[in-house]
Amino acid sequence: MNSRSLQTTIIFLVVGGILVLAFSGALGSASRGMNSILVDVQTWISTRFLGFQDFVTAPRDIVTLRARNAELEAQVSQLQAQLIELQQRVNETEILAALVDFSRSNPESTYKAASVIGRDPSPFLHYIIINRGSNDDIRRGMPVVTNQGLVGRIDAVIADAARVQLITDPGSSVNVYLQNADTNAVLYGSVTGDVSLDLISQNVAVESGDLILTSGLGGGYPADLIIGQVITVQSLEFELFQQATVQAAVDFSRLEIVLVITNFRPVNIAPLEPVVTPAP
Amino acid sequence: MRNLIAFPLLGLAVILQSSVVSQVQLLSGYADLPLVLLAAWALQDRVDSSWHWGILTCLLVGFISRLPLPVVFAGYLGVLFLARILQRRVWQAPLLAMFSVVFFGTIFFQVLTYIVLGFLGTPFALGDVLGLILLPSLLLNMLLAIPVFALMRDLSYWVYPIKE
Repeated sequence: MNSRSLQTTIIFLVVGGILVLAFSGALGSASRGMNSILVDVQTWISTRFLGFQDFVTAPRDIVTLRARNAELEAQVSQLQAQLIELQQRVNETEILAALVDFSRSNPESTYKAASVIGRDPSPFLHYIIINRGSNDDIRRGMPVVTNQGLVGRIDAVIADAARVQLITDPGSSVNVYLQNADTNAVLYGSVTGDVSLDLISQNVAVESGDLILTSGLGGGYPADLIIGQVITVQSLEFELFQQATVQAAVDFSRLEIVLVITNFRPVNIAPLEPVVTPAP
Repeated sequence: MRNLIAFPLLGLAVILQSSVVSQVQLLSGYADLPLVLLAAWALQDRVDSSWHWGILTCLLVGFISRLPLPVVFAGYLGVLFLARILQRRVWQAPLLAMFSVVFFGTIFFQVLTYIVLGFLGTPFALGDVLGLILLPSLLLNMLLAIPVFALMRDLSYWVYPIKE
């Protein structure tokens, strides 16, 4: 070993020894200062490196995240569709439960439930189309109700569908009974969808809130089906009858499921009506 | 043969009219999709089958509607007649013709309905019919006119392709 290499060896051993002593804490405050500098330097380098690593690997993560996001969005859409469907079923179940309650509380009639599948194409007419027809023993003239009250009656029937004339139709007239006033009247529909009472005797006192039921007169509807309540009364002395506006019990704009009363047959009283013959 | 598209298309239009369009009400009026569709079809210059389409529409609408069948036939075929006349005379401005047919056709159909139903004993207040049915229906039909016209123009190119 020549003198140069011996010198190098000694320098390495001295410096190495100092470092070992410094790291082992034998050099006291000098050692702590050195340690802290090293730690600070390492921290700085490590932080920068992690930042650089994030920068380099971020695009790959965005692609993964986008894919995951799309997957989750698809899942959310699917769940939302399921939610809507379930909400629809809940609504349907609630309506059906109310209708079942209604049919249980009115056991004298037999009912057939039907869904509303359409309306008359003409805005002049207030008719709905239901998904039950002659195959389900639906016949012309049968009354149609909901748990809230009278809806109308069957106007035409085909095998699997039927058309129902609503009581709001301008051509509809229903004989009714005003429970509180104990009198009969006739309920008419209108082009606006409102219903009103006419032919109320001037001798009776009709008040706002009076309950209106079918009277059963004329044989077109069974008696005691709820129709609505009187809102305002128009009574003019020079007129023969009083009129009244009515709040219908049924919300006709939201008809979804209805009940057809299948054990009611309308009575045709036409043969009993007097025939007007011209005077000789 | 491609004219047979009329059956599913008009069937779908009548179903949509009954189940969807009639629910989209403005006051008490709503659009008449079969009427607008028929007017748009009759105004296409290549089309020579508009009367077949018209009769099919009348039969479909007459089947589900309570309107008297003569009113349905007179109404839709009247609109068709108007469209064919205008198609020959205002052929350079098809959209103007479309608006004119929808405007006058709707008024014609609604007034006809009003008169016949009134004659048959259904009481209507003229003010209600004008303000709550006729004008809103007119507006909705006019709104439908442009998209339906574009749709029927494309359909006419498919049904009657140019022979080379």
